[in-house]
Amino acid sequence: MNLLIKGGRVIDPSQGLDRVADIVVENGLVKEIGSGLAAPAGAETVDASGKYVVPGLIDMHVHLRDPGLEYKEDIVSGTRAAVAGGFTSVCCMPNTKPVIDSKAIATYITTKAKAEGFCNVFPVGAITQGMGGERLSEMGELKESGCVAVSDDGRPVKSAELMRRALQYAAGIGILVISHAEELDLVGEGTMNEGFTSTELGLKGIPRVAEDIATAREIMLAEYTGSPVHIAHVSTAGSVRIIRDAKARGVRVTCETAPHYFTLTDDAVRGYNTNAKMNPPLREADDVAAIKAGLADGTIDCIATDHAPHHIDEKDLEFNEAMNGIVGLETSLPLSLGLVADGTLTLPALVEKMACRPAAILGLDRGTLKTGSIADITVVDPGREWQVTAESLASKSKNSPWLDETMRGAAACTIVGGKVVYQGR
Amino acid sequence: MKSFKHKDIIALRDLTKEEIELLIETAEGMREINSRDIKKVPTLRGKTIINLFYESSTRTRTSFEIAGKRLSADTVNITPSSSSATKGETLSDTALNLLAMKPDIIVMRHAVSGSHYYLAGKLPNCSIINAGDGAHEHPSQGLLDMLTMKDRFGRLDGLKVAIVGDITHSRVARSNIQGLTKMGSSIYLAGPPTMMPPGVERLGNVTVCGTMKEAIQDADVVMMLRIQQERQGKTLMPNTREYSRYFGLNPDNLKLAKPDAIVMHPGPINRGVEMSSYVVDGDQSRVLKQVENGVAVRMAMLYHVAGGELE
Repeated sequence: MNLLIKGGRVIDPSQGLDRVADIVVENGLVKEIGSGLAAPAGAETVDASGKYVVPGLIDMHVHLRDPGLEYKEDIVSGTRAAVAGGFTSVCCMPNTKPVIDSKAIATYITTKAKAEGFCNVFPVGAITQGMGGERLSEMGELKESGCVAVSDDGRPVKSAELMRRALQYAAGIGILVISHAEELDLVGEGTMNEGFTSTELGLKGIPRVAEDIATAREIMLAEYTGSPVHIAHVSTAGSVRIIRDAKARGVRVTCETAPHYFTLTDDAVRGYNTNAKMNPPLREADDVAAIKAGLADGTIDCIATDHAPHHIDEKDLEFNEAMNGIVGLETSLPLSLGLVADGTLTLPALVEKMACRPAAILGLDRGTLKTGSIADITVVDPGREWQVTAESLASKSKNSPWLDETMRGAAACTIVGGKVVYQGR
Repeated sequence: MKSFKHKDIIALRDLTKEEIELLIETAEGMREINSRDIKKVPTLRGKTIINLFYESSTRTRTSFEIAGKRLSADTVNITPSSSSATKGETLSDTALNLLAMKPDIIVMRHAVSGSHYYLAGKLPNCSIINAGDGAHEHPSQGLLDMLTMKDRFGRLDGLKVAIVGDITHSRVARSNIQGLTKMGSSIYLAGPPTMMPPGVERLGNVTVCGTMKEAIQDADVVMMLRIQQERQGKTLMPNTREYSRYFGLNPDNLKLAKPDAIVMHPGPINRGVEMSSYVVDGDQSRVLKQVENGVAVRMAMLYHVAGGELE
């Protein structure tokens, strides 16, 4: 299928492009960008006037729950949610059952995604076998099986020695290590951010320093070994400062944050709202300000969602009993557009953080609209208003803190490999 | 006629000054019943009260049970062995099953802060009274403490109340801070910094003191909290010996408080740790008066959530 995407504002930071133009897609590749282009024979036309046309968005941190936890989400429902949110590629974390620590599981995911999924799925393998924190996984074979990174996401690698070796070994193979940076001794039995709100609600707190210390450790290990490291879901002012300083020193560190860390504070937990319970926890206003500053000055490379679907039975519970995590694939784009609206980021800078940087960090041949590149393209309707409801979400799980709220901005059309896989209302 | 508009009593934070005054005033009236030969009135006849205690308790559960019985309600005690969703029935399922038996009031103690709000959301037609939730609140304790202070001073406005101990883990401290602030008292907190939760001074009219001496100096009320080797001993303090040395109440440091000051403790007391026996059994101690007032306060709470009015 060939396409003519007509009259949109084409924003592609990978080639410094930001102007109204047409795009011709042929045989799954970007053929030409220009003005007044004619539709090739048999092409479908996508009217993008008044809309943004950007490289397909990439979410480098999602939980698809497949295999093993399909009652929460699976590759089909998760990728359906992804394309509805404007994402053309997602990286799925390895805390499935069984864990993604073998060729068999990685191949199962890529095979099922190709056959039944709506977008590209790149598995993230485990750093340690079974995510047990004891022995390195077979990272070489994981890479050969399509894994684009390794992580024990959901838990930190507790041993500094093992993390040091993981960074060295992974660098040798050429696969990125993504760290869930958290010092568990300091987390203890905490269930939300430690601060005034936890004091008032009488909930055990997770101090911000639990993240800061672990971030600092990973950076020191990366610096010592000369290996790259990527810090997942940065949530604290301290982490931002530590990463900023490390980047200035030339340490090979990159990082991501998630929309909830620049839009919500721990006030959202009031009422013991389990849809505001996640790990790392929602922090405080000065952290939100620091996250935004980190996004603005480039300290924070990308926006990922940490899409973490959970069944209602795992959330409709007393606060301590409820699981950590929220769904995010379908709300990320409007919430991130809010950063443009409030002046934190320019539109091209936002596109970099949601498409170009994730591709560069992971070494994917995507995140660009250059001639000849794979036609993963997102058409964004910045003005569309819609309400977040259980029915409006394509994900199997509905654990969103924004239920019943109105969002501004949505994917109008999501194109994966030159094929329209999603069209918004 | 003064009536109480809440279906539930979960936290003193949720009540106004007037509502707290009403509960205390009603409790004062209930004490007359408790001093009779035949300690029973028909007020809640035909009402069913379930005491659902997920955490062990002797004093509070017995006090609620006696309070219900003196008002002629039928009281049933349930002590599920576990509160964990993974080990058995969920709280929601337990509550819905109990609800099917048509209770009028559920009095619950639960280890998870906020679980009463969760329960109340599931049970719109049944009153919920909080008998303690995690480190959040213990409103009946807060009310009985305030009644005990009012007995001594005739007022709560303008009192200096020192609370000493592990504030972080104390629902008693939180309920007292919420209630006393509304009633016009000043609260002075003392304890090791490891037991002082962040931002606690923003909870109410609260001053965090560096030393116990500072907190109890010229206090009208000295309230001591229970300290346990098993709990706080892990990382929050070296041992009870050293704790007692800096945060224990004894006849010497009690002299720093006003001469007519009273000493309180929510119980159970670790004699010789947070309080010396001389203080527990001394003239200024109101520990047993607190327990006595507990029954009257709980009668008042049950009465008002059941729709009772005060003339």
